Amino acid sequence: MNVAEHGLMFSIVDRARRSSAWLFHFNAGACNGCDIELVTCLTPYYDVEQVGIRLEGSPRHADILCVSGPVTRTTREPLEVIYSQMPDPKAVVAIGSCPASCNVFAGSPVIDGPVDKFIPVDVYVPGCPPRPHAIIQGIAQAIRCLGMKRGAAIAEKPSGKIETELEVA
Amino acid sequence: MNPLYALFALLIFPGLVYALPMGWLMLGVERRCRARFQGRLGPPLAQPFYDFVKLLAKTPMGRLVSDRGLFTGLPLLAVGSIVGALALLPVVAGGSGFVGDLVLLVTLLELPPLCLVLAGYASRSIYGEVGATREAILSITSNVPFLLGIVAMAWGCGSLQLTTIATATPWAVRIPALLTILICLPVKLRLNPFSLANAEQELLAGPLTEFDGPRLALWELAHGLEWVALTGFVVTLAVPWRSGIWWIDAAAFIVLSLAMVPLLALLAASTARFKIVQASRQLWIWGSLAGLAALGAAFYLRYWGN
Repeated sequence: MNVAEHGLMFSIVDRARRSSAWLFHFNAGACNGCDIELVTCLTPYYDVEQVGIRLEGSPRHADILCVSGPVTRTTREPLEVIYSQMPDPKAVVAIGSCPASCNVFAGSPVIDGPVDKFIPVDVYVPGCPPRPHAIIQGIAQAIRCLGMKRGAAIAEKPSGKIETELEVA
Repeated sequence: MNPLYALFALLIFPGLVYALPMGWLMLGVERRCRARFQGRLGPPLAQPFYDFVKLLAKTPMGRLVSDRGLFTGLPLLAVGSIVGALALLPVVAGGSGFVGDLVLLVTLLELPPLCLVLAGYASRSIYGEVGATREAILSITSNVPFLLGIVAMAWGCGSLQLTTIATATPWAVRIPALLTILICLPVKLRLNPFSLANAEQELLAGPLTEFDGPRLALWELAHGLEWVALTGFVVTLAVPWRSGIWWIDAAAFIVLSLAMVPLLALLAASTARFKIVQASRQLWIWGSLAGLAALGAAFYLRYWGN
């Protein structure tokens, strides 16, 4: 973000928000496949901590909510509570095919999903399960939503900044 | 200690102007070193600063009116007491300190863990309560050897003034006393073998589970300042020589404080988390042994030394 155009404080906050995204991982009845792939991103091989991404234990600390799984009847209320506990600005990444479309569980009487019936989703990462690279790309796109120009960020072309940093990972 | 110097120490060196960037730098160096020891690249050195600004710029959730005072007051008290503790560190030989400032310094260093315990209980979260209980147990078990070491040093030189303790304690007392304080250091910084209170993932975030946005930013700030204060405390007590030229003393203080960070990161990266029983047993055994050795040496020197 341009300092001359937006002012110093604005660009510092924007930069800080883009380089320190804390994740909260919520399993809404997933088979654990996507969860394993998400945790893989935090290992030394992918090492997302070098762009400031960190897995947090509490939704109140988090910026990005990573949901995996179709929303089952028992996880629906916790999902809404956890989303409402996250302070703004926040983004939601739906990991895997289940939160996007309920996948093979569609039509089951115990499934209330998909996720976007209950909370707004910013980025979908399809796959059953998606590869860690795809998850990292999804999180990078969600980080762009966290910046100061939220509305424009979704529409704009990838700025390249975060992309190049993540290619190193 | 004249008022002008006290104000300088509180606001500039080793107070706020020095300790804020140094706290972020120390946290950054710790995270980066730990990542390197684990075979990762690690975040940039400015990462704690980014985290702080980001948390400060978040919109906090609404709170009950009864909670608001506690949730803002406790982290502010923690930050304030550590800044006060920093101002008392005897970095430069002349001009600083008064009789009994050791007692005040120890009190101010003990306030932040107490605030953390209160914050955990005030949050009324089950994870906060478990974290607060662990923090309270560890704080009591680590304080017995910590105070033993400090009492031994004060007794060894026969003074409660920090400048005298730093310069005049005999080595026979200083070495076991420093060993005791070093054993307690990872407990007070909540580093890995003793990271029970804030046990990441295991307890969500321990006592800080219910804190968000700017209030969490204040806790992060308090933690960074705690790093500066505790490493600085060890460095000032460990090095008896003061050149008398203030900038040489200050530079040595900064370099030695920073040099302690990779060592603590190595400890954190190479150990797994203790159970609470193991942690308190290890602290009681090794901490008390080292503390009693220091106290014995001080006792011996005092009555039969001359």
